[in-house]
Amino acid sequence: MSMLLEIKGLTRRFGGVTAVKDFDLAVAEGELVSLIGPNGAGKTTSFNLISGLDRPDAGTIVFGGQSIGGMAPEAIAALGLARTFQHGRVFGNLSVEDNVLVGAHTRLSAVRPRWPVIGPLGELALALLRPRAVKQEEQALRAETRDILALFGDRLIPRLDHPAYSLSYANRRRVEIARALALKPRILLLDEPTAGMNPTETGEMQALIAALKSSGLTILLIEHKLDMVMALSDRVCVLDNGAKIAEGAPQDVRRDPAVIEAYLGHSGIGQARPQPEPVA
Amino acid sequence: MTEPLLRLDRINTFYGAVQAHFDLSLEVGRGRIVCLLGGNASGKSTTMKVILGLVSPRSGTVTLDGAEISGLPTHRIIRAGVGSVPEARRIFPLMTVRENLTMGAYVRSDRRAIAEDLARMLELFPRVAERLDQRAGTLSGGEQQMVAMARALMGRPRLICMDEPTMGLSPLFVDRVLELIAEINRQGVTIFMVEQNANLALQIAHEGYVLQTGRIVLQGSAALLRDDPRIREAYLGGPIAA
Amino acid sequence: MSSFIDYTVNGLVIGNIYALLAVGLALIFGVSNLINFAHGSVYTIGAYIGWAAITFLHTPLPVTMAIVFVACALVGMAIERIGLRPLQGSARIAPLLATIGISFVLDQVVQLVFSASPRALPNDLPDWRIDIGGGSIGALDLLIAGVGVGAAALLFVFLRFTKLGFAVRATAQDREAALQMGVNVNAVNSTVFAIASALGGISGLLVGMYYNHIDPAMSFQATLKGIVAQVIGGVGNVPGAIVGSLLLGLIESYGIALLGTTYRNLFAFVLLILFLIWMPNGLFGGRSAPQSEPLTGAFIAPSKPLRLPRWALWAMTGAAFALPLVFGAPYLLQTLTNAWLAAMLALSLTLMAGTAGQISFGHAGLLAIGAYASALLTVDLNAPTWLTIPAAGLITSALGTLLIFPAFRLRGHTIAIATLAIGEVVSLVILNWESLTRGAMGVTGIPPLSIFGHEIYAPREVYWLCLAIVVALALVQTRLLTSHFGRTLRAIRDDDVAARSYGIRLDRYKALAFAFGGFGAGVSGAITAHLYSYINHQTFDSQVSLLALTMVILGGMGNVVGAILGAIVLAGLPELFRLTAEYRILIYGIVLLLLIRFRPQGLMGTL
Repeated sequence: MSMLLEIKGLTRRFGGVTAVKDFDLAVAEGELVSLIGPNGAGKTTSFNLISGLDRPDAGTIVFGGQSIGGMAPEAIAALGLARTFQHGRVFGNLSVEDNVLVGAHTRLSAVRPRWPVIGPLGELALALLRPRAVKQEEQALRAETRDILALFGDRLIPRLDHPAYSLSYANRRRVEIARALALKPRILLLDEPTAGMNPTETGEMQALIAALKSSGLTILLIEHKLDMVMALSDRVCVLDNGAKIAEGAPQDVRRDPAVIEAYLGHSGIGQARPQPEPVA
Repeated sequence: MTEPLLRLDRINTFYGAVQAHFDLSLEVGRGRIVCLLGGNASGKSTTMKVILGLVSPRSGTVTLDGAEISGLPTHRIIRAGVGSVPEARRIFPLMTVRENLTMGAYVRSDRRAIAEDLARMLELFPRVAERLDQRAGTLSGGEQQMVAMARALMGRPRLICMDEPTMGLSPLFVDRVLELIAEINRQGVTIFMVEQNANLALQIAHEGYVLQTGRIVLQGSAALLRDDPRIREAYLGGPIAA
Repeated sequence: MSSFIDYTVNGLVIGNIYALLAVGLALIFGVSNLINFAHGSVYTIGAYIGWAAITFLHTPLPVTMAIVFVACALVGMAIERIGLRPLQGSARIAPLLATIGISFVLDQVVQLVFSASPRALPNDLPDWRIDIGGGSIGALDLLIAGVGVGAAALLFVFLRFTKLGFAVRATAQDREAALQMGVNVNAVNSTVFAIASALGGISGLLVGMYYNHIDPAMSFQATLKGIVAQVIGGVGNVPGAIVGSLLLGLIESYGIALLGTTYRNLFAFVLLILFLIWMPNGLFGGRSAPQSEPLTGAFIAPSKPLRLPRWALWAMTGAAFALPLVFGAPYLLQTLTNAWLAAMLALSLTLMAGTAGQISFGHAGLLAIGAYASALLTVDLNAPTWLTIPAAGLITSALGTLLIFPAFRLRGHTIAIATLAIGEVVSLVILNWESLTRGAMGVTGIPPLSIFGHEIYAPREVYWLCLAIVVALALVQTRLLTSHFGRTLRAIRDDDVAARSYGIRLDRYKALAFAFGGFGAGVSGAITAHLYSYINHQTFDSQVSLLALTMVILGGMGNVVGAILGAIVLAGLPELFRLTAEYRILIYGIVLLLLIRFRPQGLMGTL
């Protein structure tokens, strides 16, 4: 099985605290892998390292055969990696449609000619003059935006022109996912997509993620609602204190005593296990 | 029936459009250890912030010993007899340990009694005593947690609020911290703690509440809660096939 | 050798004065995360109160100092009350802008009360000097050194041993934790402003005595020097501020010895920019960099922009073009022409600060570049103005982008400081590059505007020309904003981290925005040069930059129509009511303060 994303020995220290230590993970094409663990386990830090917002202190990240550890986030995005953020980071003053169109930024080609040196000025000129090719590209992307938004039923389509700040929290999370899909990602990193959603909304989101998965999209998911994780995942990886303590099929992971202890604590004072041991 | 030391009555809190608490009510009896349990993003820490006046609820009241404290600025709530051990400890990193403890007594002006309390803290926390003139930022996580606890005690509070006191600590330190919390309580301080570490917290607590997405889903004496499978479900989801 | 010692003494004395300023700025930044731009105003007020006490009450020096100390402490507390406390919880840039507004108001009040002309500030110190190794030290030098050292010692004792001092340090290290210890953070802020301002006032008094000269314009330079010293030492670091100040004083003093007095400020600002780029934490900034947070992004208050129907905009444009046919009064037309010129600048700034979220406090530097480019091309090369004005636009666009480029990687407060410094550097380079710019003399005899040999002299023709350029620039900018480019800039402004995660290269788009905006600003400066026929390095000073920012905020950040409206309101109306310059700037300051407090989205709303 060819691995789309392969992480080895990933480590990130903040001062004296090791947020992620010696983390290995591989995600195959078309797989849905979930990353779970208690607060402060290092899940979001891992996402930041993979997407280039943070630089690892050690370890390698290979995406589609290319080493991306320490690369700039904009370059990693251009390779086809899209992510959402834990607390939702939409562009508040942009309309829903524009938010999604920004997601397609790396795919713009007619308006962003790859001319050496004068490329940026060419882009400025094309944005002003808008020859046919540029107009067509924009129109095609707008049509595509509507198709993506239609995935969310009538949650977003009627709000196409609304600024994102005016949306409900759940809708902002949906816009974020729509924006990520507009990038046509080879892998999608979802950071708590259902945070702040009620059970109905969570159910909808779960159905959507399931649909994306069956369309062949590779997904790496951070999620706290473990029912959902269990239902969706091909594999679950559990982090605690920055290290991987378990990995495997959802049902196995859930019965793993190490996982239960990571979440609930050990059952008696004085019975502490020495340290969470990384899985071999 | 005697008035509990701390009472939250039908609290509703919002972050923008997102509701963090739904009619949250709870009570902390005098001399008790009460823990508030819940998974990630259940609204535990927000509860602490509401008590301390760092976040204002949209409706509902918080009373301390019968007197309403919701709506007061934080420094007045502290002066009313509430001590805080904040999430992630939040010790003053550039101050020495001694200065941190002195800051803990900020609301007091009885110099001699403060000095006595300082000596008492050093007995209670021998590890802190060894580091007294070191910059607090250079201490390990577990040591910082002890400084934060001693700092809160220095204010001679009636109630100490602890936000995830075991977070990010190694398992051995977790045990030590919990033992100390039980010890502090034996000395007469009421404790309200927010914990993720449910099994352990229920070992030392008298009562517990379980919070799930802003609602209390379970409450009762610690002994009862300890064996309740629903706690595990609240954290790990769905019924677990044995 | 003797002169070396004299320069050293002079450098240390000036360094001590800077230290009194910088320590206050550092204390304030420590507890409130705010760079107090009104600090220099307090310094000026200190100097004037001292002058008034000595002149009218004939107070002896210790009494004078006590009066200044108390009065300035009160001013400081007022600044905290107006500029900081009501704005807690709003965007981080809001208090910063508020202190700018306060400094406008305070400086103008000083001018209105004491007049703009300089005063002599005598001192009653004995006139002896001690000779050391060929140089000499006077009584005043010793006094300044003594005050500096004494203040530092007192501050040390206060912070280290008093309860309130503990609270100040705790608040600076972790505001929320301090609250949870029962510290009343507002009271701490108020105390810190009082102490900082008292020291700042004393600094103003001493500097006035040192040069035997005070004037209201000293305020802004003082703020900047304090900031430079602080950046060198590490923002918010009190001992660092003292070392940074002494270093700055010495470097300036030696620099003057080598190159002459006009280079004094150039050293300071070049040093500032170098530090911001290569050592943003300063010499002693052991603390990790302050939390990076987009500084304007958050100020874009979510709002529904007011959208005027297209026909209404065209009708107003038509009316503006028709106006000279109905009202021919030259005064009115000249005033509105000034408003159109300001509108060009505001359009440029609203694109940068509003649309792209890259705030600029040095935008007047672009006017200066454009003005000098066109003026020198016409005067030295006899090029026709119809050619030099667009050329000036292009030169400004290129040069401006090049100058600002290193600042693109900065975030938070440092970007505000850096752009301010870049604006100052432009003016100082003009002052010192005599072979090209004629230095302090300025450029005289700049020919009037002409198109293909036809001289544009008449007020209405100038009016039409400027209006046409504004309309053209506005149309192009509007078109740009509706393209993918506008969308991209606004995404960068709203959340640059998310923007990068979607493949947007920040530098590229910020640079393009600046290049585009630079053109309009350059054209505005160029036309101004031809209308004035004389320009010098002070024609476009930092006050113009801050005025432009006020216009942009008034109109609504990023709003094209709003920028033009802001320019008309702030450049046009005060003139029409024939307010004198002092009152006008006073009004700008008040407008800025009211906007930040009550309508951050401006008149037309942010876009």
